[in-house]
Amino acid sequence: MAVQDPTLMNNNVELTPEDFRKIGTDEKEAEIIQRESISAWRDAWQRLRKNKLAMASLVVLILIILAAIIGPIISKFDSATNDLLATNQPPSKEHWFGTDDLGRDMFVRTWMGARISLIVGLAAALIDLLIGVIYGGIMGYFGGRVDAIMNKFSEILYSIPYMLVTILLLVVFEPSIGTIILALTITGWINMSWIVRGEIMQLKNREYVLASRSMGAGSGRLLFRHLLPNAVGPIIVTLTLSVPNAIFSEAFLSFLGLGVRAPIASLGSMVNDALTGWMYYPWRMLFPAILISLTMLAFNIFGDGLRDALDPKLK
Amino acid sequence: MVRYVLSKFFYMLVSLFILISATFFLMKAIPGNPFMSEKNVPPEIQARLMEQYGLDKPVYQQYFKYLGDIATGDLGISMKHQNQEVGGIILQTFSASLKLGIFAIIISVIVGVLLGMLAALYHRKLIDNIAMVLAVLGIAVPSFVLASLIQYLFAQKLGWFNVMGFDGPLDYVLPVAALSAQPIAFIARLTRSSMLEVLHADYIKTAKAKGLNWMTIMFKHVIRNGILPVVTYIGPMTANVITGSVVIEQIFGIGGIGKVFVDCITNRDYTMIMGVTIFYGVLLMLARFITDIVYVLVDPRIKLTGGKEG
Amino acid sequence: MKRKSLLMILTLILVVGTVLAGCGSKNDNGGSTASGGDKGSSSAAKEQVLHINLSAEPPTFDPAQAQDTQANTVLKMMYEGLVRIDKDNNPIPGVAEKWDVSSDGLKYVFHLRKDAKWSNGDPVTAKDFVFAWERVLNPATSPAPPYAYQLYYIKGVEDYNTKKITDFSQVGVKATDDNTLEVTLNNPTPYFLGLTSFYTLYPVHQSVKDNDKWATDPKLMITNGPFTLTTWTTGQKIEVTKNANYWDNQNIKLTKVTMSLSNSSATELSSYKAGQLDYAGNPNGTIPTDQMPAVKNELKDELDLKPIGSIYYYVFNTTAKPFDNVKIRKAFSMAISRQDIVDKVTMSEETPAFGFVPPGITGDKGEYRTEFKDDFFTENMEEAKKLLAEGMQEEGYTTLPPITLIYNSDDKHKKIALAVADMWKKNLGVEVKTENQEWGVFLKNRQNLNYQVARAGWSPDYNDPMTFFDLWTSTSGNNDSGFKNKEYDALIKDAFSTPDTAKRMEDFKKAETMIIKDQQIVLPIYYYTNVALIKPNLKGVVIDYAGQVDFTRAYFE
Repeated sequence: MAVQDPTLMNNNVELTPEDFRKIGTDEKEAEIIQRESISAWRDAWQRLRKNKLAMASLVVLILIILAAIIGPIISKFDSATNDLLATNQPPSKEHWFGTDDLGRDMFVRTWMGARISLIVGLAAALIDLLIGVIYGGIMGYFGGRVDAIMNKFSEILYSIPYMLVTILLLVVFEPSIGTIILALTITGWINMSWIVRGEIMQLKNREYVLASRSMGAGSGRLLFRHLLPNAVGPIIVTLTLSVPNAIFSEAFLSFLGLGVRAPIASLGSMVNDALTGWMYYPWRMLFPAILISLTMLAFNIFGDGLRDALDPKLK
Repeated sequence: MVRYVLSKFFYMLVSLFILISATFFLMKAIPGNPFMSEKNVPPEIQARLMEQYGLDKPVYQQYFKYLGDIATGDLGISMKHQNQEVGGIILQTFSASLKLGIFAIIISVIVGVLLGMLAALYHRKLIDNIAMVLAVLGIAVPSFVLASLIQYLFAQKLGWFNVMGFDGPLDYVLPVAALSAQPIAFIARLTRSSMLEVLHADYIKTAKAKGLNWMTIMFKHVIRNGILPVVTYIGPMTANVITGSVVIEQIFGIGGIGKVFVDCITNRDYTMIMGVTIFYGVLLMLARFITDIVYVLVDPRIKLTGGKEG
Repeated sequence: MKRKSLLMILTLILVVGTVLAGCGSKNDNGGSTASGGDKGSSSAAKEQVLHINLSAEPPTFDPAQAQDTQANTVLKMMYEGLVRIDKDNNPIPGVAEKWDVSSDGLKYVFHLRKDAKWSNGDPVTAKDFVFAWERVLNPATSPAPPYAYQLYYIKGVEDYNTKKITDFSQVGVKATDDNTLEVTLNNPTPYFLGLTSFYTLYPVHQSVKDNDKWATDPKLMITNGPFTLTTWTTGQKIEVTKNANYWDNQNIKLTKVTMSLSNSSATELSSYKAGQLDYAGNPNGTIPTDQMPAVKNELKDELDLKPIGSIYYYVFNTTAKPFDNVKIRKAFSMAISRQDIVDKVTMSEETPAFGFVPPGITGDKGEYRTEFKDDFFTENMEEAKKLLAEGMQEEGYTTLPPITLIYNSDDKHKKIALAVADMWKKNLGVEVKTENQEWGVFLKNRQNLNYQVARAGWSPDYNDPMTFFDLWTSTSGNNDSGFKNKEYDALIKDAFSTPDTAKRMEDFKKAETMIIKDQQIVLPIYYYTNVALIKPNLKGVVIDYAGQVDFTRAYFE
């Protein structure tokens, strides 16, 4: 598959005779590089910047992360302290997001919940990344028997119902945040490893790799210097999309009563807590639900934008 | 060919064996037993129960016994639902999940593809935006939130449907809607982006240049090529959807296999846990197996690499 | 790749379709009996069809195997024991028309009514009872009936059940003729009569001998109660229909009871509000606490709050630091506001508990709780702080060791735990961690004394304070407190054997003083109320002292 210059793909340019000018056959001029040389990364960034929706998502994400850090600090309330005299209060000057069934301030709880959800999502995604890249890299690079065995193993792991593993793990071990992350990653990395494997397999027969190899580069150097950096696009895209997946999965676990432990709350567990009474206390569901949706959206749209930016074919 | 089939089949058995072993030991690592409750039965009776179900033996013996039973196709008797066969419970509850699932798949594909196509054809117009907002909502709203919202609105407030139950055709509407929201969103986005790609491809331009009429271009080229990526997505989606959604089943009070599975873990219903796991595993593996075989029959290139003609 | 996936789906659907074709017929059965159109209770009301929900599917309808509230509700409809319990908690004639009790209280002679029939028309005889009880007690019965010990009051039963004797004729149960059943007890057991209404003691038809599956198949089930099982679709629905052969069928107004099986309390309530259910809430489900204020407002006339004889409490592990010190236990018990929990957290008008026996349990003449007030301690924050300081000094603590309160994952338990922990923090200045555990894990930890303080609850097996006290003997399998006391054991033993009711009650009072006032092995929180929503036109639903519900004589106006 040939690498195409994105500018050649642009079909909407209207050309008029004025756009053309004769260039001489001056030797010197022919050597001048017409366009500033830019790295693939700058190129991608420039394309991403043009995607308004993706940029807006990025801004939203940054804002959510900032608020999750700052929100609990600026509030005068504590996320765990009950106030049985002020249960289920609608949003007010005192409690910006209202209070919950034990009179806890929803503003501080929402942002604390966002912290937990983001930590779970990011940590799970990073662990997926780490295992997936190493495993997938080895599969793709060595190929042959190694690949066959490792691939078979991941296929078997994949055929174990994900829910089973997660629930069993959470029942066997104490459901701390660490266990939840572990449970989410135990099968989560497989997808990443397959993507890396596919990329590496495509890349490893490229001329530049062969060149490097013929000059005596070792496996480690080939893999980490030449192959992985070139597969980074799909990896990053998969990463951005696996963060919201992990956040959603944690919310699902909360629904089953296997999520984070009270009084710690995640956005998912807060929404689930509010589920039985939301028609009477909509604010208890609204704020965490909107935040969870916003996070999901922002990650998804940003991930899409990133994919488009990194993969010129898909413009 | 025969060798190819045999080797595939062999791998399937190996996978199944590993699946069974892993689940068995993981399951045995959970504290508790099937006979515990807030009010304990006297130790003698508890001991008798353990003995009757063979739970008093060392775990490895239980494991080999189980393997033996499985080899003869016996999934055993549920430890919680006395005297009910695991296989029977699985089939009954799976039929509910499957009915829901099949409808959800059909609806998701039809609605998703339509939305995606509209969005692509009216690229950057109002319809595109509306379609994409809908699609994005499907991805961004947790299914339990969506399910309880539509249940409240359409069943409790408006009274158009039953809040729960699974009797008449109307009872399918809300659960299927909740179940298909996410796949619809994915499919719509996939269709849209692939259609856009196709619309800008050279061969479409060529077709246009040749003066083919719009309808022909749409149906012969754009749609056919545009929905191909959707087909790749349907595979994993089908597997996900028909194996049951605990959330949807719980909220709409449907006795599907997803709910059974969560319950049997809580109950430490060992035979049931194993049964459902094996069922899930076999279902997926068998589908993959048959697909591979059929694929060989259809695509001659695979034969060459798959094995020598036998 | 793309083609491959399409193939995969097609094959998947094919495989699954074939599988389904096999079981489809079974399922269609359930589908057709269920008319899709029974929506809304107003029309159903005229038809006398009751719609209720069970939050869990009963695992079995074999009375010998049953163990849960859900099965209890349905079994009550399908079977009848020697006696029934009326709305005032008194035993009234069931299959037994009348009975004689010997003066020493050890021998019961039940005279069975001649018109009692099984649903297939066979007469219900004393032999059916002997058969059923023998089946429960026989050590060879598989699986072993878990509640066999409910019959241990009968002479020789425990020995027979634990294989010490092998001849059932040595057991104190005899059918002297088809209509007379003689039962001999070990001790005068005033609550034995009531116990014969319990499902473990129901008769079963002798045809079950030949078939393991009888209790799961509507076609095979033969019952002697007001209703018979007509539909059971696993996971979806259970339906019982009026039994024409039931002796008292002229007093049974309902023609059918349809039970849905949803474990979501929100769904159940929604369904009730939408008119799909005629009854919601306890004991077969719950009303979500979040909706209690709204329910109290909007459905005032349909809300039925009835105090029942169950208690919600926290149990201390008296062998673990820091609760091995009685003063610290007392301090923690005093430092919470039960009224606040009841008013603001559970919101179901429960009674704050300061003892261990709930109101409604029979005492000497009237109720035990009115005869002996539960004033064993009071809430007092100053006193609590003082006791805590003293306790800490005794143990030589400068700060308390870290404390964790465990509870099983559940919305209500979580709220109460968080509220209590917060009260301890505010009133005692003690930081207590709360930890939810999965049900099985939780039970295991509590049983193995692998905890410091844990949620617990107790509901009576029979209408006598004994059911609350034999719990704490050193040999009790349910004593999860680590409390072992010879004096206490002696009191309970005495209460078991003495025929003198007044003396028994004195024993109980002493026992209660010991576990609450002196030792404070538990931290009582509240006595339960049964919270239910009943449609205004549904009458005759009976909720007994233990919170079990009897729908058999219910009817629509």
